[in-house]
Amino acid sequence: MRFREIITMAVISLGANKLRSALTMTGITIGVFSVISVMTAIGALQTSIESGISFLGSNIFQFAKYPANVNAGGRAQKKYENRHNISYRQALKYYELMEGNAREICLKSFDFKGQAVYNGMKTTPSLTVAGSNKSFLVANSYTLAYGRNINDEDVAFSRSVIVVGKAVEKRLFPHESPIGRTIKLNGHNFTIIGGMAEKGTAFGQSQDDICVIPITRFFENFGESNRTVNIATQSFSQELYNTTLDKGMGAMRIARGLRAEQENDFELYSNDSLKSAFESIAGVVRIGAFVISLIALVAAGIGIMNIMLVSVTERTKEIGIRKSIGARSRDILRQFLTEAVFISEAGGVLGIIFGVIGGDLLALWLKANLIFPFGWALAGLIVCSAIGIGFGFYPAYRAARLDPIDALRFE
Amino acid sequence: MLNTETMRPRGPIVIDIENITKHYVMGEETVHALRGVTLQIHRNEYLAIMGPSGSGKSTLMNMLGCLDTPSSGRYEFNGKDVSAMDDDELAAIRNREIGFVFQTFNLLPRATSLRNVELPLIYAGIDPVTRQERAAQTLRDVGLGERLLHKPNELSGGQRQRVAIARALVNNPSIILADEPTGNLDSKTGEEIMALLENLYQAGNTIILVTHEADIAHHARRTVHLRDGLIESDALSEATEIQTLAFT
Repeated sequence: MRFREIITMAVISLGANKLRSALTMTGITIGVFSVISVMTAIGALQTSIESGISFLGSNIFQFAKYPANVNAGGRAQKKYENRHNISYRQALKYYELMEGNAREICLKSFDFKGQAVYNGMKTTPSLTVAGSNKSFLVANSYTLAYGRNINDEDVAFSRSVIVVGKAVEKRLFPHESPIGRTIKLNGHNFTIIGGMAEKGTAFGQSQDDICVIPITRFFENFGESNRTVNIATQSFSQELYNTTLDKGMGAMRIARGLRAEQENDFELYSNDSLKSAFESIAGVVRIGAFVISLIALVAAGIGIMNIMLVSVTERTKEIGIRKSIGARSRDILRQFLTEAVFISEAGGVLGIIFGVIGGDLLALWLKANLIFPFGWALAGLIVCSAIGIGFGFYPAYRAARLDPIDALRFE
Repeated sequence: MLNTETMRPRGPIVIDIENITKHYVMGEETVHALRGVTLQIHRNEYLAIMGPSGSGKSTLMNMLGCLDTPSSGRYEFNGKDVSAMDDDELAAIRNREIGFVFQTFNLLPRATSLRNVELPLIYAGIDPVTRQERAAQTLRDVGLGERLLHKPNELSGGQRQRVAIARALVNNPSIILADEPTGNLDSKTGEEIMALLENLYQAGNTIILVTHEADIAHHARRTVHLRDGLIESDALSEATEIQTLAFT
């Protein structure tokens, strides 16, 4: 028998019980949807990260108290908390050791509960306040839109000057230029000297709710205790990156006062380490999605088996007729198996379509690039075939084994 | 007064059964449905198998139709030993050599007449174009040229049985095996179906009729009576018998 013939037969038989076929298919669709949507979303984020959304500028590494994956939790989390903060003094030591060995060295400390006020208008109460130096913009992939950047003198004299993010400008200065204006930041006056260009959102968070002040002023106004300094270092070039990293590591150990046998009590992260941190989170989510959808697919497979067993019983007479006019056991087997695989595949295709749409919508919301996960889609189809064959085989085998005389007599 | 019937030369043997038995084990009991039946059927015979229920009539029909194999004895179909065949070979014989006509028609309810008649050709692996042409032609031959795309529930009983006959005929089988073909039809429609079978016989087909109605069996040229799993009598119908005797 020809393949097309078998498919035609399957479609006709399944069409006779549309609701039943559709319901059975839905199980598979849900299983495939869950895995494909998650894989699409993760894949989209991953390509976005790889193709541009860098957390840091290029050729930059950063030292910090906490690792990039701050949600490590458990005992590891305790270990990080027990570390001493990286003090401004240690940071300056590092700066001193590394000066001339790197293009930019950015010292920065953050407060995430800032609020700026101007002329009765307020920013969000969760404005990111960065105390830093002239290297902040480059090290964090910001660009200056107008005015000037913070310079070494501002830091040396701990001047009350501020460079504001786009969101701050929009909220406080909808109709005028912010340059030269004085705003109140958590009760302290700051004069605006520059503004950053819009950066947009990453992972659903605005990167423009930010302002930068000299790090010395930051400590004077907001306190130095309980604050840790992050140090970002940019090498002169891609080629020098590893050399610079080695030097930086040495300088950081000296700054922290570590002896040769002591472990690092700080974390290194770079775009690579951020990527791998993302990878490890993504990996866990992937495994989770995979296991859940596998369970869903097995449940759906049992549904297929059940419905196929019912179908074989209902169509005993038909099987008898087919056998009496010359269908071989393997023709019957193939027919029922095809129906099972067809349900499974059709469900799978729908699952892939919905999954890709769902995953890409999520990616769109997170401002990531849209993708079509060919590998996972293919894997989905293969798994669906396996489920159709696996769970369809026994019912089909029962159909094929029916004795033609008994089957014909069945009413 | 010679009719054409007796003028026909006897064709080659299609079915050659020798001393076949069939028994079923049902619980503790063994049922002997056939106890040793010997029968030869030639090409272009019109034979009726009669007998009361429990006579082994159905078992013999299943055996002749290659739906079942004997417990012992020899069965040759066109010279091939059926008793030694496996399921696939039996299916091939059913597909190419035997056309079934059932009392309850046994059409696929969701398929059109054309599709029903095409079915044996599908299993025979005939290409779609040839298949459709042949199925349509066969349906026209049984007078259903206007009903190709009707489904069974859109047809009368007589029309359904015609579709079934077309399905039996479409593969040019060696025998047509009709099991109570008029059992579910009123007598007028039944007569029409018997007339159709007569035409098929006249056209050279071999027809085996299984029935318990003497009126229906009367259409056949030869009648085999079964009782208790044995052949009770095997005789040419009266008119034919006289002619044959006269001729020999």
